[in-house]
Order: sequence, then C-alpha cells, then structure tokens
Amino acid sequence: MSGIIGKKIGMTSVFDETGKQVACTVIEAGPCVVTQVKTIENDGYQAVQLGYGTKKEKNTSKALLGHFEKASTEPKRKLVEFRDSFSDAKLGDVVTSEIINLGDKIAITGQSKGKGFQGVVKRHGFAGVGGQTHGQHNRLRSPGSLGACSTPARVMKGMKMGGRMGNDRVKQSNMKVVSVLHDKNLIFVKGSIPGHNGSLIIIEK
Amino acid sequence: MDIIKTLEKDLIPERSFPDFKAGDNISVHYRIIEGAKERIQIFRGDVIQRKGSGLTQTFTIRKISNGIGVERIFPFYSPNIAEVELHKRGKVRRARIYYLRDLKGKAARIKELRKG
Repeated sequence: MSGIIGKKIGMTSVFDETGKQVACTVIEAGPCVVTQVKTIENDGYQAVQLGYGTKKEKNTSKALLGHFEKASTEPKRKLVEFRDSFSDAKLGDVVTSEIINLGDKIAITGQSKGKGFQGVVKRHGFAGVGGQTHGQHNRLRSPGSLGACSTPARVMKGMKMGGRMGNDRVKQSNMKVVSVLHDKNLIFVKGSIPGHNGSLIIIEK
Repeated sequence: MDIIKTLEKDLIPERSFPDFKAGDNISVHYRIIEGAKERIQIFRGDVIQRKGSGLTQTFTIRKISNGIGVERIFPFYSPNIAEVELHKRGKVRRARIYYLRDLKGKAARIKELRKG
C-alpha cells in the first residue's frame, strides 16, 4: 500500500465517456520528498516518511531542521509515515502524483470542517419530534427521552446528545480517480472529500 | 479557488453556440446513444435560467408538451449537445423567469425582442 500527501484544491466536474457530468474534487497530490526510511533491521518495521508543502526555516525547530538536512531538502509542512510501502525508496527521493493512475480506488484522510455546537438532528441523525401539533410548541428538534427512571437512575455513557460536531479526522475509502493531470500534479476524485479547500490530506492507494 | 479557474480554462471545450439568455426560444440538439446506435433528439423551448459559471454551468429549458409543462436541465459543456439553435430573442426583465411556471396559455407567452 503506497500513498502520498496532498492538498484539497476545490470542486468542479468532468464529463465521463457517456457524456454524464460527474462532480469531482481536485487534489494536488505531491510532490513529496522521502524524509526518512524505516527498515525492519533498524526500526522493527518497514515504512517511509514523506514530507509535503513548504514551511519557513524560522518556524522549524532545530531538531526538525537537522532531520530535513539529512534528506537534503527544505523544511516541509507536513510529515506522514506510510507503512509497508515504497520498499525501494531512498532518502531524498521525490514522489509525484504519478503513483496514482486513472481508475484507481484510493482512500483519503482529512480533517472535516468544524460545525460548532450542533443538536442531535444534525449531529446524530435523529428524526426530531414528529409533528408540529399536539402540544409540541418548542421541542421540534429535541432528543426525547435520555433513558429509564429510577433504574438505572442515571444517563448511560455514550448517550447521543448535542455537542461539538466536525473537525474530526475522517477517512473516506473507495474513492474513484476520474481524471489525472500528472504535469500539474493534480488528480480528480469522484465526489467530495473531507475538509476545507487548501487543507492537507493523506492519500492511500 | 484560482487554480480551479485556471484549470477550467484549459478543460473547457470549444463551443460555438449562439449567445442565449433567459427568455430566448432555442432548440437543443441532444445526442442520444442507444447501444451502438446514435440519434439526435431536439428539445425546443424557452430558456428559464442560466446557472453557474465555468465548466459546471447549466441552463434550463421549459416547454409545454401535450399541455404539460416539461423542464430539462442541460450542462452547458455537455459533449452530448450537438447544436443549439436560437429561434427568438425574448423580452424579459429578469435573469430567472420562474414566474412562467405559474402562467398558462396566452399569458405564458414571451414578447419577442425587436431591436431598432
């Protein structure tokens, strides 16, 4: 399983071979630099660490600067480890979007948009109170009962209630690649992906 | 956002359709592929709206078919649109003439725009 770090650019659409319009998300995948190679002899497992984006030198700690120095590259914004992949990678190698081909199924991990404090209808998909009549004057989107009475005399742990929603790490699998532009490091994925435009994402193949 | 715009500039295919807007009477020649056969279907009606921008832009056409109002939405850059014919320019005051949906018979006519 190989992967790459990317950035969500935004959404547009493409027409497939039958002329059907397909909504898709544009992702800038790479170029990434191999910043560390982990081996079974040395670390107990095989993995590579990729770096993506740019970061000012003054905002990078001395320890990390030394880490990037080893791979003879500029400071990178995001470092992600990919296990059991790129077995022949060497320190300082550049990984581009060319590892992703047309028609591939990829998994995308990102940080979803924060929605703030939300009620149970939006947050957990509760149906709310059925009608607007029969004395329901202010509880249209209320959660209803939280449990039984004197036994257990408490609210069970994990009861679905209102609260902060979004801003979670979300992984979406089986996303189809509908178009690729390798010269610009861009890939087009069918459907939407988590996060704001410009947010960093992890692509796994 | 800018990347999307510059990207769409490259992706947008060449189209030589007449410049139509809401209120115009046009016919769309739409390619229909049935198995191996391909034929052209003509949908003629009034443009209700043009919506969106760039590659994702669409337009809606409304016609009265056997007394029933039929609306169809076409993606502007759909490869299946073979041709767009402009028959009449309409004289309307808004860009989205949704009020046409509530009108029937003679009231649902659009005045033709005559220049000069």
